[in-house]
Amino acid sequence: MAAVVEIRDLRKTYEGGFQALKGVDLTIEEGEILALLGPNGAGKTTLISTICGLVTPTSGSVTVGGADIVTGYRKARELIGLVPQEISLEPFEKVKDTVRLSQGLWGMKRDDAAIEDVLRKLSLWDKRDARTRELSGGMKRRVMIAKALIHKPRVLFLDEPTAGVDVELRRGMWEVVEELRRDGVTIILTTHYIEEAEAIADRIGVIDAGQLQLVEETGALMARMGQKELRIELHMPLAAIPDALSDYDLELADDGEVLIYRYDTRAERTGITALLNGLQSEGIVLRDLQTRQSSLEEIFVGLVADAQKEDAA
Amino acid sequence: MNLRAVKAIYMYEMSRFFRTLAQSFISPVISTSLYFVVFGTAIGSRIDQVEGVSYGAFIVPGLIMLSVITQALSNASFGIYFPKFIGTVFELLSAPVNFLEIVAGYVGAAATKALFIGVVILGTASLFVDIHIQHPLAMVAFLLLTCISFALFGFIIGIWAKNFEQLQLIPLLVVTPLVFLGGSFYSISMLPPIWQKITLFNPVVYLISGFRWSFFGTADVPIGLSLLAIAGFMGLCIAAVWWIFRTGWRLRS
Ligand SMILES: Nc1ncnc2c1ncn2[C@@H]1O[C@H](COP(=O)(O)OP(=O)(O)O)[C@@H](O)[C@H]1O
Ligand SMILES: [Mg+2]
Repeated sequence: MAAVVEIRDLRKTYEGGFQALKGVDLTIEEGEILALLGPNGAGKTTLISTICGLVTPTSGSVTVGGADIVTGYRKARELIGLVPQEISLEPFEKVKDTVRLSQGLWGMKRDDAAIEDVLRKLSLWDKRDARTRELSGGMKRRVMIAKALIHKPRVLFLDEPTAGVDVELRRGMWEVVEELRRDGVTIILTTHYIEEAEAIADRIGVIDAGQLQLVEETGALMARMGQKELRIELHMPLAAIPDALSDYDLELADDGEVLIYRYDTRAERTGITALLNGLQSEGIVLRDLQTRQSSLEEIFVGLVADAQKEDAA
Repeated sequence: MNLRAVKAIYMYEMSRFFRTLAQSFISPVISTSLYFVVFGTAIGSRIDQVEGVSYGAFIVPGLIMLSVITQALSNASFGIYFPKFIGTVFELLSAPVNFLEIVAGYVGAAATKALFIGVVILGTASLFVDIHIQHPLAMVAFLLLTCISFALFGFIIGIWAKNFEQLQLIPLLVVTPLVFLGGSFYSISMLPPIWQKITLFNPVVYLISGFRWSFFGTADVPIGLSLLAIAGFMGLCIAAVWWIFRTGWRLRS
């Protein structure tokens, strides 16, 4: 796959001295969905805003489709669609007029059929003559998407598209993203919902404190970081974990009927055999066993904590 | 040049104006009529002629300038301040447009609205007094230059302003007094000698004088100086706008 966005050693220090980006390097491939995952204040919005021209970079470079965002801003921006984190629409404008403004700003000829097309795709056609202040929050978000899509961008940035959005609307948003991917649009979205990144992204970049901690394919990231849980269901509930087993990372759950053992699949020895032997010699009878891949959420929490430990060291 | 972007901004800005066209038309008609009733009868009965022109006709250029300047300022400053205020300015900043295109769209729309008001006032005034325009071409040129340069100035104020108070500050505290004291309703030759000198530091004097010259052929200051003044003012505004977009001042962080 070819690179469509290349970010090299990008730094941003805001007026007042706060360093929001501390040297970000990232290559985004044509046609992929990349999720930028990170806690609030990590620098996700700053990164996107810099690529899109809202924030002036302090140093470093970004190219979009080969065009530099500073020296070749016109060509770069023609390829980009942006749906910012904050919804902002002029309250008294009609839906179709505000989409028409975007069409013109991106140098497209006035084309009512294209506007109808994008509004239908986003289930907004019925609302074409509504003033934007009359719309619900979810609809407003879709108007923002329509404005970003009207010029058929090759790269679409969605900054927290599902923040504060209910489950049903979130699914709707994922469907829109899926459909755009089928059309070959490269999508970069930010989120702090781990499940979301896991569900729709091809690759996940973890960003924290202005630095990109890692970027990996979603599946590979999970496998590499593969923490697993072994759930041991007991025949008789335990009141406490026997002293002989205190060396293991064990947790009692379900009123003592379940023992949970966490282990690392990458480790040389998982410790499972020894644990089971230990249980047997304690005379504990097992009813069932289950293993479970830990969610990306745990990986993420672990990552951020690790990075902080490294910083401190 | 992304001309489609210029047109899109221009049309979008004008659509607000078209929605309230009746209001935009009626209010200058009423205010102009009031001026004639008040000034024409109260003052006009004491001063019948200024520099060979009836007082009623004499105030027409000043009246037009006063409205055109305030309208151009308020339309342009609000036009760019509002998107900044509600956040929609992000789209302008991320669009493939340069500063000239953005300015042409916003300033063009604000100047058009001001021009419309100017023409309405001229039309209304001609119902009250006889108006002969000696230099129609110069009149149109002065009117256009004034609309455009004050729209540019308003645009700068709109970008500079951080709140609604600041948005009103300069028009209210600086521009309106300068316009009133700039000979809108009198000839500066009517002032005591010392004030005649001081008044020459008021840039609006040159505008109104030149504009009045295009009507009646009489002026407070040489016509060349008037042209130079407005061209210089416009040049300053363009340079300021160019610098704003180059540095992203109060637009980009
Ligand atoms: N205009 C600004 N001026 C100063 N600091 C800012 C500005 N915008 C964001 N920041 C700071 O930069 C950091 C990163 O913010 P942001 O990029 O919005 O994070 P995220 O989108 O990941 O939540 C935060 O600490 C925020 O307070
Ligand atoms: Mg953010």
